[in-house]
Amino acid sequence: MAIEFDFLSVVQEWPLLAKGFLLSLAMIALSGVLGILLGVIISWAKTLERPFINFLTSTYIELLRNTPFIVQLFFLFFALPSLGVKLSPLTASMLAMSINLSAYSAEILRAGIESIPSGQVRAGQSLGMTQHQIFKCIVLPQAFKNTWPALVSQVVIVMLGSAVCAQISTEELSYAANLIQGRNFRAFEAFFVATLLYLVMSIFVRFCLDHFISKLIFRGPRG
Amino acid sequence: MNSIRNKLILVSAMALGLFTLSAQGQNALDNIQKSKLIKIAIPTDFPPYGFVGTDLQPKGLDIDMANLIGAKLGAKVELLPVTSANRIPYLQTKKADLVISTLGKNAEREKVIDFAAAYSPYFQAVFAPKSMTVKSFSDLAGKTVAVTRGAMEDQDLTMVAPSSVEIRRFEDNNATVAAFVSGQTQMIATGASVAGNLIQQNPQLNAEYKLLLKDSPNFIGVAKGEDSLRTKVNEIVSAAKKSGELEKLAQKWLGRGAGNLPD
Repeated sequence: MAIEFDFLSVVQEWPLLAKGFLLSLAMIALSGVLGILLGVIISWAKTLERPFINFLTSTYIELLRNTPFIVQLFFLFFALPSLGVKLSPLTASMLAMSINLSAYSAEILRAGIESIPSGQVRAGQSLGMTQHQIFKCIVLPQAFKNTWPALVSQVVIVMLGSAVCAQISTEELSYAANLIQGRNFRAFEAFFVATLLYLVMSIFVRFCLDHFISKLIFRGPRG
Repeated sequence: MNSIRNKLILVSAMALGLFTLSAQGQNALDNIQKSKLIKIAIPTDFPPYGFVGTDLQPKGLDIDMANLIGAKLGAKVELLPVTSANRIPYLQTKKADLVISTLGKNAEREKVIDFAAAYSPYFQAVFAPKSMTVKSFSDLAGKTVAVTRGAMEDQDLTMVAPSSVEIRRFEDNNATVAAFVSGQTQMIATGASVAGNLIQQNPQLNAEYKLLLKDSPNFIGVAKGEDSLRTKVNEIVSAAKKSGELEKLAQKWLGRGAGNLPD
């Protein structure tokens, strides 16, 4: 059984692929920032050690970490309209990615926060720093530094997971690949090209996070 | 004399064998007759053509048709549930011998698979709430339309719709219908059967038929080059047409006649 490959018929649809690639990147850029920001807020709220806030944040985290991403996505897109909230495919996708990432990054950061010796907090207090200052200037930068590889992995996982956003007609990379193979039936070629593009995207995002973003947040990579 | 002819036959058979090997190997019919098993791809999300009944077994017009062909071939039928998007890859990769899954015929598909005879009627159209005025395709401008990716209505709509129409493509018919029912899109382009069900189950939407995209009878799909299987299937379908079995199937599942089916 000889199968002939025809990559040309996929490559000539490059405008679709390029648009999908850029949209996927844009989606993770925005929801990466939003998700981690939200994660910081949640992990900060956890340090307050108020039972009610703890209950709320734990519920949020467990709800999102113990349900499939695609179900969260479908809930936002297909179920919310019956409550009167209509989100566009793109908004629903990015919102789903952001809240999903926020729950995981909150847990990752919590581990980072707990790894800071309590002596440092007391040192801060004895210098007359406020709770807020201690968290912002002492605890958080070190927590980021200690957990950065795990956070980067989580961002890449969410980015690759965003492939399912094609299910609600968000025109990202896997949507483009699916559309192309739906038109010319070149499934192998279309998904092969999409795989390569996802690989490039992951490496690019990892590189940026490790070399540029990390410098912005805690001045340089771990170590 | 005889031995020379035998040799000639042998050589040409070998040449033919080599040729067919490189062109995918035409032996589906032999395999079916040998193993007494035929694998047929059918829909399960496409009532009344194919859906899952209360007993969790697939049923519908396409399933009846698959069983009819299996019975005529004297083979046991293995039903493979497929979606609109993956039914052609099932044929290309030989996971299925036949596709009986409301498959319409067009030039792009003819490049990659072969078509046997038509067995049931079907049409695709744009549906929208009664309150919306849609008289021609230019009235679609600026509106959102849900469609199942890779289905025929996707290709037809993409061709005739003005560029300002926002076509949202979903993975399968269930998602397409859900998008329209939940109000995520203003219109839906789909087959008559899906729309019929949708309108029946969601009277509050007031959806109705607006624009015809295409009248496209359903064909049976065969892998490229499987000519012996295709001929055999054609014989079975044309016999079923004469005996009135196709008409009976259409009446049973669609509530209307089979109409004029092309050969």
